[in-house]
Amino acid sequence: MTELTQEHATDSKAWSQDFIKGMTEEGESLSEINPESGPLGGSAAKAHSHGGDSHGGGVGVPDSSRAGRLTSYKLADFPAITGREEDWRFTPLKRLRGLDRVGIKGQEINGPAPLVEFSSPDAVSVETVGRDDVRIGSAGIPEDRVAAAAWEHFSEATIVTLPANYEGTIDDITTLTLTGQGDAPAAAHVVIEAKQFATGVVVLDHRGTAVLSENVEVLVGDGANLTVVSIQDWNDDAVHASAQHIKVGRDAKVKHVVINLGGNLLRTTPSARYTSTGGDVEMLGLYFADAGQHLEQRLFVDHSTKHCKSRVTYKGALQGDSAHAVWIGDVLIRAEAEGTDTYELNRNLILTRGARADSVPNLEIETGLIEGAGHASATGRFDDEQLFYLQTRGIEESVARRLVVRGFLNEVIQQIRVPALEERLRESVERELAATPV
Amino acid sequence: MSTLEIKDLHVSITTEQGTKAILKGVSLTIKTGETHAIMGPNGSGKSTLASTIAGHPRYNVDSGTITLDGEDVLAMTVDQRARAGLFLAMQYPVEIPGVTMTNFLRTAKTAIEGEAPKLRTWTKDVKAAMAQLRIEPEFAERNVNEGFSGGEKKRHEILQLELLHPKFAVLDETDSGLDVDALKVVSEGVNRAIDAGGLGTILITHYTRILRYIKPDFVHVFVDGSIAEQGGPELADRLEAEGYDRYQVAETASA
Ligand SMILES: Nc1ncnc2c1ncn2[C@@H]1O[C@H](COP(=O)(O)OP(=O)(O)O)[C@@H](O)[C@H]1O
Ligand SMILES: [Mg+2]
Repeated sequence: MTELTQEHATDSKAWSQDFIKGMTEEGESLSEINPESGPLGGSAAKAHSHGGDSHGGGVGVPDSSRAGRLTSYKLADFPAITGREEDWRFTPLKRLRGLDRVGIKGQEINGPAPLVEFSSPDAVSVETVGRDDVRIGSAGIPEDRVAAAAWEHFSEATIVTLPANYEGTIDDITTLTLTGQGDAPAAAHVVIEAKQFATGVVVLDHRGTAVLSENVEVLVGDGANLTVVSIQDWNDDAVHASAQHIKVGRDAKVKHVVINLGGNLLRTTPSARYTSTGGDVEMLGLYFADAGQHLEQRLFVDHSTKHCKSRVTYKGALQGDSAHAVWIGDVLIRAEAEGTDTYELNRNLILTRGARADSVPNLEIETGLIEGAGHASATGRFDDEQLFYLQTRGIEESVARRLVVRGFLNEVIQQIRVPALEERLRESVERELAATPV
Repeated sequence: MSTLEIKDLHVSITTEQGTKAILKGVSLTIKTGETHAIMGPNGSGKSTLASTIAGHPRYNVDSGTITLDGEDVLAMTVDQRARAGLFLAMQYPVEIPGVTMTNFLRTAKTAIEGEAPKLRTWTKDVKAAMAQLRIEPEFAERNVNEGFSGGEKKRHEILQLELLHPKFAVLDETDSGLDVDALKVVSEGVNRAIDAGGLGTILITHYTRILRYIKPDFVHVFVDGSIAEQGGPELADRLEAEGYDRYQVAETASA
């Protein structure tokens, strides 16, 4: 079952139920790309400089294919961002406050990194380490210029380790609170590792004011079961680009949750890769864009091994003038990834005029030998007729609005299954609703 | 006993082309326990009357009054009208994303009663009412009207009628688009609500077909924004035989 709707609901008054059947299949053009490269693009990708290439998509690779995107630890390998690249076309570069131009015309990224505080169960270790720690770089390689800038310039990293066989419960979670230290462009680096058969929950709680580019590496050891929740609840003026690189071991499960609430511009780019068979990735996302906010979430699931599963569910509510949400869901099923089972879904709910959601699922399939592959995307509008209908049943306007938004976002909140967080998120959603500018 | 009184109601809408008068002096008095059928050709203003009673912001009341036991209905907000006992079953029920039927029904009941219903009896009541209307239990977890067929939407309107116990219900073409089986199920629901007592019903319909199942006490013929003729049930029989022709509109009223 696949359905695809791309509605930019700002231009139609009615909340449309149209679901256009369809699927993006671009397998043909993909089969020659990096045929031998492993899930991380291999050493060739690390060594290979594409600095002279003016296309963000890499050499000889169609821009539309996610497989061909340049990956490098080196800032210099990435050309300057123009805003016309597929990867950047929705992002208002001017509002990145220099994060996109590090290394150009003296732009620096040397502001103080967010202050990291933590609470964790005894068995879980949280360390601050230097750049040379061998564990850095084990889960991912930057895929865009902003992430590479942070990678090149962070001074210390925080490493969270869930030891092998550790059995954390949903009440026994590790929380890193990252508090922004002001608006000078800064870089941060976090590594979260669940060793073999470890189970647990790690929360990254971003708050304060920051102009931050961050790389988060998530390593899920064989048989481990890790939940990582990244909450972005910054002050209104914050700018945050967060590249979250997830590497999933054999028979491992990861639940990765992105909560984008506060900040002027948030760009969260989680990517998941499998090292072996039996991996299971669940990506959940929830965002609430208010007037003037740009919340962008671009995810990538790279199926390169057999019999792995991925489920993506992102839901967002938007209200107020120029509230903008972007969701891009790239899922690639490589030729060797037989038995893949994937489904991705994005739903947006527009609460007031002037808000805009862009939703682009992109499923590339190189093999027919799969369990299933599908995607759905729809943008709905809460309009006057819906409000009228609820009011004719005695429900007050403010209650009606809440009812709709709560119901809509609850589907994601429920799936997080970390009670303390669910409570907090419900409160955050209420807070967002209370701030309704209508 | 309650009385809903509409007096010399004039209603217009504002469009890009200017102001358009739709209701041109409608008067109607209805008491609880009575069933009034309002019949008329397409475009005669039936839905406008229904929406105006419910308080849709689209419609401007230029003159006239609507009162419920002497209280000024036009001064009330939409939700206040519902809490005062008015119910509108819509011709085109609206889909609400993100809200399950269960959640919606409980919220509506709580709003109308002023307190949350006792969970145990409420759940039982909802299940029983759904079963009587032949609504599959899984609809409880579906979003309000989302992906429902026309008939399913209409059945859910009557479900709400039965659960919310209004004083006055305006049923706007609840019969249209239903096959005979669905029409029977829906009519039985309306009759149960009427038989339960204390309900005044305004049954808006284009066709006489539903009047075989729901017996009106009064029939009003609506033409071009006002009531052209009124009488007892025999007027419906006449319309069935003759259509709306003698009101100089080329439309048929028979099924
Ligand atoms: N929202 C609206 N916008 C434009 N015209 C409307 C609207 N509502 C009603 N009308 C017009 O008012 C007249 C009466 O419509 P309506 O009340 O829907 O009639 P009925 O329900 O009897 O078919 C029609 O001419 C219709 O086109
Ligand atoms: Mg009508």
